Amino acid sequence: MIKEICKKYAPHKDNLIQILHEIQNADPQHYISNEAVDTVAEYLNIPANHIYGVLTFYTMYSTKPRGKNIIRLCESPPCYIKGSENILRKLKVLLGVNVGETTKDGLFTLELCACLGVCGNAPVMMINDDFYGDLTEEKVEEIIDKIREMR
Amino acid sequence: MSLKRIDLLICCGSGCVSAGAIKIKDQFHSVLKDKGLTNEINIIETGCMGPCDYGPVMVIYPEGVFYKKVTPEDVEEIVEEHFLKGRPVKRLMLQDEEEKNYLTNKEIPFYQKQVKVALANCGYIDPESIEEYIATGGYEALGTVLTTMTSQQTIDVIKKSGLRGRGGGGFPTHLKWQMVHDNPSEEKYFICNGDEGDPGAFMDRSLLEGDPHRVLEGMMIAAYAIGAKNGFFYIRAEYPLAIKRIKLAIQKAKEAGLMGENIFGSNFSFEAEVRTGAGAFVCGEETALIHSIEGQRGNPTPKPPYPAVQGLLKKPTIVNNVETLGNIPTIILKGAEWFSSMGTQTSKGTKVFALTGDVRNTGLVEVPMGITLRELIFDVGGGIIGDHKFKAVQLGGPSGGCLTTQHLDVPIDYESLKERGAMMGSGGVIIMNEEKCMVNVAKFFMDFCVDESCGKCAPCRIGLKQMLEILKRIDSGNGKEGDIEELQRLGETISKLALCGLGQTAPNPVLSTIRYFRDEYEAHIRDKSCANKVCLDLMHFEIDKSRCIGCSLCSRKCPTKCISGSREDKYTINQLSCIKCGTCMDVCPVKAISKVPGMHPDVKAKREAEAIKQQNQDE
Repeated sequence: MIKEICKKYAPHKDNLIQILHEIQNADPQHYISNEAVDTVAEYLNIPANHIYGVLTFYTMYSTKPRGKNIIRLCESPPCYIKGSENILRKLKVLLGVNVGETTKDGLFTLELCACLGVCGNAPVMMINDDFYGDLTEEKVEEIIDKIREMR
Repeated sequence: MSLKRIDLLICCGSGCVSAGAIKIKDQFHSVLKDKGLTNEINIIETGCMGPCDYGPVMVIYPEGVFYKKVTPEDVEEIVEEHFLKGRPVKRLMLQDEEEKNYLTNKEIPFYQKQVKVALANCGYIDPESIEEYIATGGYEALGTVLTTMTSQQTIDVIKKSGLRGRGGGGFPTHLKWQMVHDNPSEEKYFICNGDEGDPGAFMDRSLLEGDPHRVLEGMMIAAYAIGAKNGFFYIRAEYPLAIKRIKLAIQKAKEAGLMGENIFGSNFSFEAEVRTGAGAFVCGEETALIHSIEGQRGNPTPKPPYPAVQGLLKKPTIVNNVETLGNIPTIILKGAEWFSSMGTQTSKGTKVFALTGDVRNTGLVEVPMGITLRELIFDVGGGIIGDHKFKAVQLGGPSGGCLTTQHLDVPIDYESLKERGAMMGSGGVIIMNEEKCMVNVAKFFMDFCVDESCGKCAPCRIGLKQMLEILKRIDSGNGKEGDIEELQRLGETISKLALCGLGQTAPNPVLSTIRYFRDEYEAHIRDKSCANKVCLDLMHFEIDKSRCIGCSLCSRKCPTKCISGSREDKYTINQLSCIKCGTCMDVCPVKAISKVPGMHPDVKAKREAEAIKQQNQDE
């Protein structure tokens, strides 16, 4: 599968970031494995350590398996001013995990991120590609419950 | 084709979507279908309309009726009352202070001081339709430039308009262009910087999502002026909708023959592609951004060489911000004189600001340069939420600074903000009420900068960390005499020595809060007191025994069991074990528990005793 993704791009080093995105999005556990790194290194003809350098530089990539849904709560000042700390506390209680951890059922990974640019509706979180704004503790519970039900 | 009698514009910017706009849109589709009205009413998904706080919002034409905070349950009523009976739903309209409804969107004060140039189409057209963009005059500027102007003439118009970079630095746009224009290199690149990372700024996202063709047209005009055949949009991966929209715009422009070989029958050919970031704030810095496009770590490199001389793949490259490009088509169409008639001596045109924080109308606004902070915050922004007072405003994100009430009448332009220790930045305006603790805010911004430092140069990597440690010390009640001076010394050193613009400006929030709120720092250090009761170590909870009814609820709910007493003696908090979670205050039925500024004497005594013990041990 990884080879197929690579082949969509010309074997130029400058496609590395796009290839890594696609591999990570296609992986059910949203991460980039050692094998994937080796495959990409071979395809782009660059050393694997260069790829690790890039992988660990950017916060959106993970080298460890993650949950099915990635929750990214904004921790920037506009959200902080509007009470993102309470939302974080609620999420930790609801999910029973700390930041950076994945729930036992593999359904959620809780992460913090820099500004998502939806500050008019702070506090905000992103679950996969969807934004959830004007969060309150009740709303967070509803959202999490809904995703759990959809499973 | 059927002519429809009503246009229903639903804001589908990320803000309104996060508040549930998609559900509303789907609900409208299904209700209209049920009632057989699909041939009469046109539903259009637009980009950001601006007043995000009221989201989901919508405007209904021909009248221009504005509805706020619409829920799926309201849809039936809007269709029944407004669309069928012609009676707008009053309870969903915005009201003035006397509870009079604003009948149309033009009457709303939020819009009245705004002049929309870059945002002209945002919230007005369907961003996914090239036809709608063309209908508003889109691609006319590109046609004019390609068929009637030379590249030098194009640069001259921009020079005359006085346009300066909207991404933060405020570098005159034409100077950059001229440098690359004059470079004889065969290969040149144009990059649109959509790596908007400043906390509290979302104008680039809104423009890319709401009017992508405008940015694309601006890029093509700029590329023609400098002689570039290839362009890149570098957009944060956190903005999936913006990425999708710009990709679609490129595809549609190609299909329409507005991009590709010999555009408008001229010799100019152009191709653009989209590259995404992967979550690194520093990639908004142009050299870092270029490295990221090249598939490397986004570390900045020293300038010179400037990208205009040696940029992407070592070729001359222009990096322009999204909003800067958004202004270009209009400047070409309406003329440099028109653009430069707005603004101040040194800062021309309009600027998009993102209002956030404790302001009533959070959202996206575009106002002429030179408007005062008072007008921006109180007239456009509608003032502070609730019964609170304005305390400070952070302009320009983590690179900017805090200004206070004394600056409310300062006209906003690049120079006057800089003089006062703040900065235009990308236009994030975070408004804070009197309950905010400025030491805490400064610490928070510093935390952000430490997190986002790429780690390449020592002043930023080590210096910012040291500043953060001092701030944490102050915040936790361990501040020492001389800490303020040390923060200033470090801050000034970092400003001079850091490699890139982000590092150089990172100390600004701390330096500006020290400049304007020094008394708060001093109270934190000397009196061990946070007047706003924000810093947990510098405040405590107290039970007012005259109000306590002895119900024991606080004692039962306290997670550390640090509240004891009886119905007769009332309850007291053991300050040494209190973790300040605030549960007691929340559950008290008679509101007898309150926050009090200052470290409790018991805690202070304990800490002093520990310090002496530690000292003795060390000796």
